[in-house]
Amino acid sequence: MFAYCSDPTTLDGFTWLSCYLTTGKHMSIYWAVGTVLLLLAITAPTALAFGFAGASAARSAIAPLRWIGKTYIAIVRGIPDIAFFLFFVIALDQAFEYLRHKVKCPDWDEPIRQGNDFVVCTAAKLPLGNAPQWVHETYGFFLAVLTFAIVFGAFAANVLFGAMRAVPKGQLETAEAYGMNQRQTFWRVLVPQMWVYALPGLSNLWMVLIKATPLLFLLGVEDIVYWARELGGAKQPQFTDYPHPDWRMWYFGALLIFYLCFTKVSEVVLDRIMARLTHGQATAAGERQRKAAA
Amino acid sequence: MSCWETIADYALRSQGFGERLLPRTDFTLCQQFVLIGSGMIWNIYFGIFALVSGFFLATAVALGKAAENPLVRKPAEWFIFLFRGSPLFIQFFFAYFVFLSLKGVSSFFDPFTSAWLGALVVLFLNTAAYSGEIFYGALQSIPKGDTEAADAYGLSGWSRFRRVIWPTMLRLAWPAYTNEAIFLFHATTLVFFSGFPATQQRGDALYYANYFADKTFNPFVPYPILAGYFILLTLVVIGLFGLVNNRLNRHLPQDRRKSIKYKPQVIR
Repeated sequence: MFAYCSDPTTLDGFTWLSCYLTTGKHMSIYWAVGTVLLLLAITAPTALAFGFAGASAARSAIAPLRWIGKTYIAIVRGIPDIAFFLFFVIALDQAFEYLRHKVKCPDWDEPIRQGNDFVVCTAAKLPLGNAPQWVHETYGFFLAVLTFAIVFGAFAANVLFGAMRAVPKGQLETAEAYGMNQRQTFWRVLVPQMWVYALPGLSNLWMVLIKATPLLFLLGVEDIVYWARELGGAKQPQFTDYPHPDWRMWYFGALLIFYLCFTKVSEVVLDRIMARLTHGQATAAGERQRKAAA
Repeated sequence: MSCWETIADYALRSQGFGERLLPRTDFTLCQQFVLIGSGMIWNIYFGIFALVSGFFLATAVALGKAAENPLVRKPAEWFIFLFRGSPLFIQFFFAYFVFLSLKGVSSFFDPFTSAWLGALVVLFLNTAAYSGEIFYGALQSIPKGDTEAADAYGLSGWSRFRRVIWPTMLRLAWPAYTNEAIFLFHATTLVFFSGFPATQQRGDALYYANYFADKTFNPFVPYPILAGYFILLTLVVIGLFGLVNNRLNRHLPQDRRKSIKYKPQVIR
């Protein structure tokens, strides 16, 4: 990257390191950090939407809808989440291909599961066999996002369901007394008020989500874990200008520090948001704030 | 091949006994049940040993975090932050490669690079940090009256801790600690996906479930089997911890007893 890097044999110490850390391969790991942040940026709102839908379904008056909502919330309990990650990636992929298969090749008469194979017609393949590499990568990333959203949506649904129940009953009764119908009560009274109750749970969920991002590696995305393993492995002089022994320990140490910093920053930011939201609220935390100020 | 033969061949496969080759074609439901169940031995092993050993360190860490002396408090705080603030997955990777480098220094570290000890050490430290935080929270919410009563009875030092503070701390922390135990068992599934090699394909339940899903390209059979096993395990954990909870609360009137509510919160 730098001009003096053109001949690595002349370098030593920090100049060597500065060149080593800016090789083309290392750019991939910095991009991968971007991938992780992108995943968080997309997943957090999507999971929140899934969670909102799940929580609203769970308190619906229609019984089947309520059952679906409650099952969705309950499903992540008792089963390791990583099993879900591994499951959904294949299951979603097969579900999409199956649906496309049904639509695009209606006159296909062979069974889809032949022994150990899952066979759909060529037109239904996702992504198409002749698609460029970036389509494959984007599709993989999309599947990962969807998987994260489904799993974390269930967690968010659990939090929001609790928050909806924490809104004082009197508020809802008052709304009814003012002649609001159920839909109006829900959107105008319940939803605006539940966020204060949901925030501690949601900020906890955000921390959990940050800590779940390395699992992207298991979903087949080339993320920071993948590149740390790749770049840290021993490099021989005949393959690269920057030979080094097995440095994976240092790479994973760096990842550890990256995550610790990320957690710390999130903690500080979320504490600020919480302090702002509880300001003037009639809750225990709000009362403490008032007393501290007085 | 009958199901009994499969059980004889594969029931202890995860420990290296029985048939050496894993099934390759014509997977039967029985094979999947038996092999995934065989893998559960690892999950239970990691869970129990990490939990029992972690319990003692957690108590020490909680006391450390509650201490006045910053020389004791700061390390405890940092320990908890280090293990709760970073993903367990990365911790496994990091520890594995650290052990791998240490192996070159001294042969004492040889067993640490295999999962049975290396991963156990990580899980032990990790659960100690998480439970340490839970115990610390409980320690902070011990009713003032309890400690004052202990003072009034002339208890101090060790006997005050052993007879009043520790049992109350456990009683208050127990519902949260139950959740921690459940999630520790769930976290054990990460072991063989994070650097630690499954020598001769001796893996845990998820390892075998993943094996079948890869081979049959059908995730709808092995993963639900795994889920079933884990739900069973979760129920057993809740049952056992419930018994302990009853014992810890036995002096309280019925209506003041806290029952264990199962709240899923943590992914590491």
